[in-house]
Amino acid sequence: MDVIIDNLPLYADGLLTTLQICAYGFVGSLVLGTILGAFRVSPVAPLRWVGTSWVNVFRNCPLTIVLFFCAFGLPEVGINGQYFWFGVTGLVLYTSAFVCEAVRSGINSVSAGQAEAARAVGLNFGQSLSYVIMPQAVRSVVPPLGSVIIAMIKNSAIVGAFGVGGDLFAVGQQLSSAQGKAALPVLTGVALGYLVITIPGGLLLGWLERKVAIAR
Amino acid sequence: MSAVLYDAPGPRSRRRTAIGSVIAGLAVLGVLALVVLQLADQGQFEMELWSPWIDPTDESFTAVWDLIAEAGINTLLAAALSMAFSLVIGTLLALSRITAARWYRWAIVGVIELLRGIPVVIAIFFAARVLPQFGVDLPTLWYLVIGLTAYNSVIIAEIVRAGINSLPTGQREAAQSIGLRRSQVLGYVLLPQAFRVMLPALISQLVVVLKDTSLGFIISYEETVNTAGIIIQNLRNPIQTYLIIALLFIVVNYALSKFAVYLERRLSRGKKGVSKKAEEAAMTETGAAGA
Repeated sequence: MDVIIDNLPLYADGLLTTLQICAYGFVGSLVLGTILGAFRVSPVAPLRWVGTSWVNVFRNCPLTIVLFFCAFGLPEVGINGQYFWFGVTGLVLYTSAFVCEAVRSGINSVSAGQAEAARAVGLNFGQSLSYVIMPQAVRSVVPPLGSVIIAMIKNSAIVGAFGVGGDLFAVGQQLSSAQGKAALPVLTGVALGYLVITIPGGLLLGWLERKVAIAR
Repeated sequence: MSAVLYDAPGPRSRRRTAIGSVIAGLAVLGVLALVVLQLADQGQFEMELWSPWIDPTDESFTAVWDLIAEAGINTLLAAALSMAFSLVIGTLLALSRITAARWYRWAIVGVIELLRGIPVVIAIFFAARVLPQFGVDLPTLWYLVIGLTAYNSVIIAEIVRAGINSLPTGQREAAQSIGLRRSQVLGYVLLPQAFRVMLPALISQLVVVLKDTSLGFIISYEETVNTAGIIIQNLRNPIQTYLIIALLFIVVNYALSKFAVYLERRLSRGKKGVSKKAEEAAMTETGAAGA
């Protein structure tokens, strides 16, 4: 266990980088996923097609390929940047497909009668959306969205594995492969680093679910 | 279109939708055209880059597809082994969690929560780095399988548990009242029904496992994505190669996902109420578990 204590600053940096990737990934995929979700339920057919194809492509393709594509494909077409941003881009493209599905199923879980009632009392589209549909949809989006986000945190390790310097996984790789430290304590430290994020995340999610739960 | 959000359209909104469709369609085509133009501008449509994949007369054609076929088999092998082991271990975990006495149930729950919180890529890396240091020397395939199994068996354990919990309590009570032992109640009455309910979720999990085999590249297991990387080093055509590989994955996984949806519909047709709840439970469990 000395390895962990000796390299505590390295681990802390790794944790910070991981959290950074996750924060950017969270914001990006939430925004993109919500837009795509709106596309999927829109009356405009071409937008629905965009949403559907996006979901089918990115849900069925390994994140690894998406990341490799961003890292090695984008420079080929003249888009250059740091690996960090390629990694975040890949993570956002991939996660947004899952966010989109969560949003869509959330909206569809509201029964049509609710919207009909809202229209019947004379609310317009914006009002029925913000007073009737969204408050209910958000509640049923929380549980699936939460598992998507926790999955994303774990997937950020893959971003690290292919070369974002200094995240938790990269720290593990560096210590165990390059410096030849005993793998068991080094990787236990890395695993602990992720558990520090995912387990409180899961508890927070459980609490949030209970808080917003509604009986239907 | 969502019936929740929009009323049945009248003539005016139908006209508006039509106009919107044309504008959106043009915008989508415009974006696609921009992408294609940019690709063409950078010479990504040069035949030289594509021909190893699509032109049978190209000198690399056979070699490239042979490599990918071999790698594809490795991918399927790893996925099949991981899935089989995860099913067995996952079921055992779920059963021991259900039947465990209170004083050690927390240990099982702890293991499940621990493994669920660790990224699968760490589990694979862990297996490949730590096991050799304890004198376990295996082919790379097995490190990948061990890593994937460690992660997926706890996910499957949760699916199984959700499946069993979704069954009406009458099933258990009826089985107990005719004098079956606890193992018989589980084995003859609850598990067979639970598996039926869980089948769609299990197939969705197979998609996740298939995708996760691509993490074998981290430990240099020669699966599809890793082999694609080797091909790219020689042919220098990352965009083309990754597109083809992605397409292969998407076709297989899309078919599997559709099959899962089909099964779900078919299964829920017969028994209403029972499977609905279970599916919901199972689906929230798996949601987007994989990589």
